[in-house]
Amino acid sequence: MMQGHLCILLVVIPLFAAPIAAILPRGRLPWAAALIVTSVCFVLAGMQLWSVVQDGVVSYELGGWAPPWGIEYRIDAVNAFMALIVSGIAAVTLPYALLSAEKEIPEHLIPLFYSAFLLCFTGLLGITLTGDIFNVFVFLEISSLSSYALISLGRKRQALTSAYQYLIMGTLGATFFLIGVGLIYSQTGTLNMVDLAARLPQVSSLNTIHTGFAFIITGIALKLALFPLHLWLPNAYTYAPSVITLFLSATATKVAVYVMLRILFSVFPSDFVSTTPTGDLFLLSGIAGIISASVYAIYQVDVKRLLAYSSVAQIGYIALGIGFASFTSLTATLVHLFNHALMKGALFMAIGSIIYRVGKCHMDSIHGLGRQMPWTFGAIIVGGFSLIGVPGTAGFISKWYLVLTAIEQDSWISVVVILVGSLLAAVYIGKLIEALYFKPAVDSNPAVNEVPFSMLAPTWILVLANIYFGLNTELTVGVAEHAIRVLGVTAE
Amino acid sequence: MSAGSLLLITILLPLLGAGGIVAARRNPDVREGVTLVTASLLAVLVAIIANRFLNGESFFVTIAEPLPGITISLKIEALGMLFALVAGTLWLVTSVYAIGYMRSHNEQNQTGFFAAFAIAISCTMGVAFADNLFTLFLFYELLTLSTYPLVTHSGTAEAKKGGRLYLAILLGTSIGLFLLGILITWFLSGTVTFQKGGVLTGKIDPAWAGPLYMLFLFGIGKAALMPFHRWLPAAMVAPTPVSALLHAVAVVKAGVFTLLKVTIYIFGSDFILSNDVTGGIIWIAAATILFASLVAMTKDNLKARLAYSTISQLSYIALGAMLASKSSLVGASMHIATHAFAKISLFFAAGAIYVVTNKKLISELNGLGRAMPVTFSVFIVGALSVVGVPLFAGVWSKWYLGLGAVETGQLLLLGVLMLSSVLNIAYLLPIPVRAFFGKPADGKQYTKVKEAPITILLAMIFTSSSCMILFFHPNPFYLLATLAAKGH
Repeated sequence: MMQGHLCILLVVIPLFAAPIAAILPRGRLPWAAALIVTSVCFVLAGMQLWSVVQDGVVSYELGGWAPPWGIEYRIDAVNAFMALIVSGIAAVTLPYALLSAEKEIPEHLIPLFYSAFLLCFTGLLGITLTGDIFNVFVFLEISSLSSYALISLGRKRQALTSAYQYLIMGTLGATFFLIGVGLIYSQTGTLNMVDLAARLPQVSSLNTIHTGFAFIITGIALKLALFPLHLWLPNAYTYAPSVITLFLSATATKVAVYVMLRILFSVFPSDFVSTTPTGDLFLLSGIAGIISASVYAIYQVDVKRLLAYSSVAQIGYIALGIGFASFTSLTATLVHLFNHALMKGALFMAIGSIIYRVGKCHMDSIHGLGRQMPWTFGAIIVGGFSLIGVPGTAGFISKWYLVLTAIEQDSWISVVVILVGSLLAAVYIGKLIEALYFKPAVDSNPAVNEVPFSMLAPTWILVLANIYFGLNTELTVGVAEHAIRVLGVTAE
Repeated sequence: MSAGSLLLITILLPLLGAGGIVAARRNPDVREGVTLVTASLLAVLVAIIANRFLNGESFFVTIAEPLPGITISLKIEALGMLFALVAGTLWLVTSVYAIGYMRSHNEQNQTGFFAAFAIAISCTMGVAFADNLFTLFLFYELLTLSTYPLVTHSGTAEAKKGGRLYLAILLGTSIGLFLLGILITWFLSGTVTFQKGGVLTGKIDPAWAGPLYMLFLFGIGKAALMPFHRWLPAAMVAPTPVSALLHAVAVVKAGVFTLLKVTIYIFGSDFILSNDVTGGIIWIAAATILFASLVAMTKDNLKARLAYSTISQLSYIALGAMLASKSSLVGASMHIATHAFAKISLFFAAGAIYVVTNKKLISELNGLGRAMPVTFSVFIVGALSVVGVPLFAGVWSKWYLGLGAVETGQLLLLGVLMLSSVLNIAYLLPIPVRAFFGKPADGKQYTKVKEAPITILLAMIFTSSSCMILFFHPNPFYLLATLAAKGH
């Protein structure tokens, strides 16, 4: 009985837990509530993926209203995989969050912090699970609004302006998305994704549909921080509390990528990308994004901002994968999405640990810390190698697939760009490692110790995952290939 | 013990050693004991494996399969066995040397030094035993990364600059070109496993084989072909034991070794010969041989001169690979071993001079020979072996390389080899001559200068006498080289 309700439980549990966390007394209770909720959701998401892989698509009619009139939750391999990533990251984030949040967030705001966190978590899960395009918008707003609040909780005053900047850009994106949905509704008369997929081919030559498509894609691209619509991201990531930076970087953009894939290949006819200039635009954005964001990253002096630009570059790889729109390239996209969540999660956790100890993460103020915090430093090294794409790490796998696709499609410029991107990543990771290890410690910094186990353990879970998924790709590549087939793209 | 797990142990043993070294960091004597025990065990282990391999046993183990068809696997073939034997034996010798060197020089952070050294050896074993391009690439990259802390060991601005150049060139070429070559190989042939006769025959348009070969030639930056040779002189800021083992033996030989593997087991010598794949690009190696020798002449810094000499000698091997005839491949494989023993002797001598007198420049060596006769005798032996004079092992590899040039009718290349030998004489022999017969600039006598500590001397004597012994008994290296040239 439970099996059938898994998908709705995944949304309802965190949704109801959020106000409860807000009214719990100060102290560690709100954290404990959030910890329990995310762990339960992680287990449920695991069960859900298992049952979908075993028994195929699960459809759930919300409130008993049959689709297309009622809202349908439709779980296939893609959603289930995404839900697992989101809840998995949330589940490792929370043990880490306890100390980090106590350090960075004023005590009286802690219950609200966890409440907003749970809301954001609800929104992200909701986006992945729903089968209704308007419902996507609703959950998108839930997650966005709560993330504005979360970002504004950062330690510095700039957190407020960056939250505001994100608010403006995010609202623009959401509005575009809504306009697009409206236009498409006007021609098809439905909001259910499966229904849309059935009706769109008949009307896909209409200008209204093309316009709607453009609005939707632009709207998601804003949320996704696709180059050149990424301007909100570096500020938001830099000034948000460490926990939020790591959670958002590992999940929020990933969910946006999922929505993009779903709309491009599942809702719209899957050749829509190649028959319109969409594919080329993605390639262009990917190439420009990889190169320019990587170069920007090299010149950053704030470590979090450096990693934020690196995220923009990594989204460029994902855009390349979407642009090629072949079976292998989309597999690469989905695998990279997962792997990038692992590597950026690990890196932002390690940087958060440094902030926990010295209170800042300016390049000049972290000199010599690598020798004082060997485990955190080790995490940065492995995470960095994965980001560069050193073989034996997860990052190598996704790049391998991506380059193979590029060769397959005779796109030699992309081949070069991907390889150059790896080299640029080696430069900025090298800078970081040099500052942490080879520069003499700053005198004004007191000697510090390694961070507590509760912060190290989650970091190293992600670090080891980076190595594990670099050596064994049965799960990642297998599920990704299955998911891409579900989206309606097949190998030639 | 099963054959495959022995291979795994060759990689794990130095890693365990590194762990032990770190664990024993508070007690230098125990720490050095760990290094010596590990190195001895590895040398014995490699010898046992070589023995069993020559008796016809085959070794194979798969560690993981990250992607369908692409595995991390270890396997022994003749060339890898040869390389592992050289690196395994010389690690023990170098460890003995390094202990004397690091202590008499009071180097900082010796724990980190010995630990990184052990890790680098572990990666070298991985390179030697790699069964496919992917595994090789994995260990090749790890070798670069693990030697970086050794290059920057002294922590000075010069060391950091050298280290940066080191990483930039080695990572840049390997990711930008080598990886691309591997990807194209996989794309065309659907395999990256080393196979007898190569995997590309019939899979690639012969017109494109040359450009693909160039991707490997330049992408394998550790082979130090011009113009990607600058990292090697830059890496000379490292302590001398590092220059001796890693930058004259393990790292650079990993480069040319990889090139030979690609030539023999990916392209296949028959494919190269019948399609004239390397006809034009072989001159890159020839040019590197000559230019590097000429640059070596201009260097007054002893280690820098030796570094350029290494660059030149590495291109002998690249040349042998590209000639791709049976004899030239024997010569190239032999040269991995013979040059290793000769060049490590030269570096050991340079390090001994530096430890005792703190002198780095050749122009300061006048008159030092009478104070340090053993050191300079070792230097002479090493130099003569590099030149290729009979009675020293170096002559064998040059003999077969020359034979290869004759076999393929490339008489001009034979001329290059001859000319290079003359240049070798011109830049190496004046150094001991100066030391024995020159007069110190300010007229003072080196009465207080003594030979280096005993561990340093022992190591030097071992490597230099090996240069002579290998002339009379070139086995097992000759045997392995002939097997490798046949593609076994």
